Amino acid sequence: MNEAWIILGATSSMARAFARTVAARGDAVFLAGRDLEDLNATRHDCTAHGARLAEVVTFDARKPEGFAAIIDRLEREDGLINAVVFVGSMPEQSAIDADPGLIDGTVTDSFTGPARLLQMIAPLIEARGGGTVVGVGSVAGDRGRIGNYVYGAAKAGFHTYLSGLRNRLTRSGGHVVTVKPGFVDTAMTWGIEGMFLVAAPQKVAEDILKAVEKKRNVIYTPFFWRYIMLIIRSIPEPIFKKMSI
Amino acid sequence: MRWKKTDYTGWGRALHASAEIARPERLSALKALLADAPAPAIGQLRSYGDAALNTGGRAIDMTRLDRILGFDAETGVVEVEAGAKIGDLGRIFAARGWIPPVMPGTGFATVGGCIANDVHGKNHHVVGSFGQHVTEITLLQGDKPRKLTPDKTKVLFKATVGGLGQTGVIASAKIQLMPCKGDMMVLTERRVDGWEEFLSVLENSRADYNVGWIDATAKGVNLGRGILEEGEITSGVSPTKGKARDVPFNAPHWALSAPVVRMFNEVYFRRVPAGGRTTVKPISAPFFPLDAIHNWNRLYGKRGFHQFQCVVPMDQAPALRQMLDLIANSGLASPLAVLKRMGDGRAGYMSFPMEGYTLAVDFPNRSGARVLIGNLERMTEDAGGRIYFAKDALSGPDRVATMYPEHGDWLKAVAKADPDGAMITDLVRRLNLRNTK
Ligand SMILES: Cc1cc2nc3c(=O)[nH]c(=O)nc-3n(C[C@H](O)[C@H](O)[C@H](O)COP(=O)(O)OP(=O)(O)OC[C@H]3O[C@@H](n4cnc5c(N)ncnc54)[C@H](O)[C@@H]3O)c2cc1C
Repeated sequence: MNEAWIILGATSSMARAFARTVAARGDAVFLAGRDLEDLNATRHDCTAHGARLAEVVTFDARKPEGFAAIIDRLEREDGLINAVVFVGSMPEQSAIDADPGLIDGTVTDSFTGPARLLQMIAPLIEARGGGTVVGVGSVAGDRGRIGNYVYGAAKAGFHTYLSGLRNRLTRSGGHVVTVKPGFVDTAMTWGIEGMFLVAAPQKVAEDILKAVEKKRNVIYTPFFWRYIMLIIRSIPEPIFKKMSI
Repeated sequence: MRWKKTDYTGWGRALHASAEIARPERLSALKALLADAPAPAIGQLRSYGDAALNTGGRAIDMTRLDRILGFDAETGVVEVEAGAKIGDLGRIFAARGWIPPVMPGTGFATVGGCIANDVHGKNHHVVGSFGQHVTEITLLQGDKPRKLTPDKTKVLFKATVGGLGQTGVIASAKIQLMPCKGDMMVLTERRVDGWEEFLSVLENSRADYNVGWIDATAKGVNLGRGILEEGEITSGVSPTKGKARDVPFNAPHWALSAPVVRMFNEVYFRRVPAGGRTTVKPISAPFFPLDAIHNWNRLYGKRGFHQFQCVVPMDQAPALRQMLDLIANSGLASPLAVLKRMGDGRAGYMSFPMEGYTLAVDFPNRSGARVLIGNLERMTEDAGGRIYFAKDALSGPDRVATMYPEHGDWLKAVAKADPDGAMITDLVRRLNLRNTK
C-alpha cells in the first residue's frame, strides 16, 4: 500500500536524513516546519532520491491555528499516513533560569505542540486501520538533570503521551514508536563540550526506520544508550541529587 | 552558530591545523556566518595537503549542505548544494541513465571541492575537467549570492573553478550530467611490461576511461611495468553490495616498508593474467577503488604520507621516465602509483590539467621522501610541467605559481573578490599564491 509521511520539524538534520531514507523507498513525504526556503531544498532532494511525492507544509508548534490545513491535506492523500515528530527546542538552562517564561515555549515545541497535531492525526490512522507515529524524544526525558531539566521534563511528558497514544492506536491497527536518541551529531550538539559517542543523523534515521518496520515500541539510538540510561535511572535519588552529569 | 575548536588534517595526515570550524545545516545559517565573518569553505578534507587547512583561523564545513536542489530529466542538468558528495550523485543518477561526466578517484569529494580543485577523472582525455561541465555556480561573497556562468561572468567563473576557495564560498552549482547506459562498468585489465609500452598503450587506448597502475618499485628492464585498466560504462544487474571496511587504527610504520610494498606490487601485478582479463563491476568499484576501505590513510601510521602528482607536456615523457627511475631507486614508493594520459581540458585559471602525462605516487612522510619529492618538483618545473594543489604539501613559496601561466589573471580576480584575504588557507599562505608575502 502507498505510504505517506508527515515529517514535523523537517529542517533538522535527523529529519532530513530520515526524509531521504523514506524517499528512497518511494514513499510520499510532507515536510513540515517554518523555514520554507530550507524545506523547499529538502523537498527537491527527496524527489531526487525517489519520493513518489514531496511537498512542503507550514508547521509551527506554537501556532495550532495552522494545524487544520495540514490535516486537510493529509486527508486528501490515500494510503497509510505515518507521522514522525522531530521538533523540540532546548534553550540553555541558564537562559531559562534568567527568564522562566521560556519554559512555556520549550514545552510547546517539545511536547504539547506536536502532541496536539498528533491528536488530530490519530483519527486518520484509526479510520484507515493502520499507520505509524514516530515520536523522537530524548534520553534527557529519562531523568531530570541540572543541565537541562526543563527540556527533559517536556520530553518526559512527550514519552508518556506517546505511550498512551500507542495504547490507543494499537486497537485499530496503528502503531507508535518512541525514539530516544543519545547524542546526535547535529547543529544542536556541534561544539558543545562533553559530547561522547556522538551518532551520525543517518544512523539514527536508519535505526528509526528499522524500528518502524519491526514495530518496536521504545528504542534507544544508538542502542547502547538503553544501558547507559538504565544505569542513570538506577542511581538512588539521594546520591543522584548531589551529582552533576 | 557555534564555532568548534578542532584539530584536523588533510587526507595525507602529514600537515595539521587547529582552527575554529562551524558547520551550518541551512543556507540561511551559512549566510549568517558569512555576513558576520567570512571564512574559507572546506569539504570532505580529501585534499592531501593543506588546501583545506586554516591554522589559527576559521573554516566553514560544508558537508551538511548536501542536497539535490533540482534535476531536469530532459536536459540532465542537476543543481546541488556544494557539500554533496560526488559519489552519491553518481550512485543516484547512473541508475537513471545519467552520470557526472567527471569523478575523481574518491566518491567522498564534495561538489565544492571538485570545483575548487577543478578535478579530473580517468576520462580526462575524453571529457576534460570537472569545471567544464559546470553551467552555473552560486557563489557567496559575504552573504551576497552571485550566479556565475562560464560566459556571462567569465573572469570570476574562471577564478572560482580551480580557485581553491579564494573567491568566496560556493553554495551550490549546476552540473550538466552525461547520458550513460547504466551503472555497471566493463573493465579490462592488461599487464604492461615496461615504460615505452605503457606510453604506447595509453596512446592507443580507445576506452572512455583508462588509467595505468605502475609498479613504482620495479627497476631496470621492468621499470614502468604495471597494469592498464580500461573501462566502458554499461548496463546490467549488480550483485549484492560489498560492505565498506575500516582501518580503525594507525598502522605501524613498517606496514608499508620497502619489502612489503615490493611484495605487494609483485602480487598485484601477477593478479592479472598474462593475457589480460575483462570483468563487469558496479561503477563504484573501478571509479573509487580505495573508498571500499574507510580511513585507509591510517595505513601510513600517525606520521602520515604525501602524494606527489605532476603533469608534464607530451614531449617531456623522457623526463617523467627519469622521475620514475629516481622513485624506483629510492625504495620509498608505496603501492599507489598512477600514470595517465591527460587531455588539455581545463576550466579555470589555476586548473591543474595540461595536455600530457600525469604521474601520481604516494610516499610515507619521512625525510627521505620529502627530499625526493623536492627533486621531483624541480624536475617537473624543468620539464615545463605542474604539480597539483590538491595533493601538494611540501612545496615552497612562489615556486608553484610560476607553473601556472594564468596565475596573474587569477590573482587580479581574487584580489577583487576577496580584498581582505578572508579566504586565505594554509596552502595559499605556504605557496604565497596571493602574493601576500
Ligand atoms: C583517494 C583519493 C583519490 C583522488 N583522486 C583524484 C583524481 O583522480 N583526480 C583529482 O583531480 N583529484 C583526486 N583527488 C583529490 C580530490 O578530488 C580533491 O582534493 C577534492 O578537492 C577533494 O574534495 P573535498 O570535498 O574533500 O575538498 P577539501 O579537500 O575539503 O577542500 C579542497 C579545496 O576546495 C575548497 N572548497 C571546498 N568546498 C568549497 C566550497 N563549497 N566553496 C569554496 N571552496 C571550497 C577548499 O577551500 C579547498 O581549497 C583524490 C583524493 C583522494 C583522497
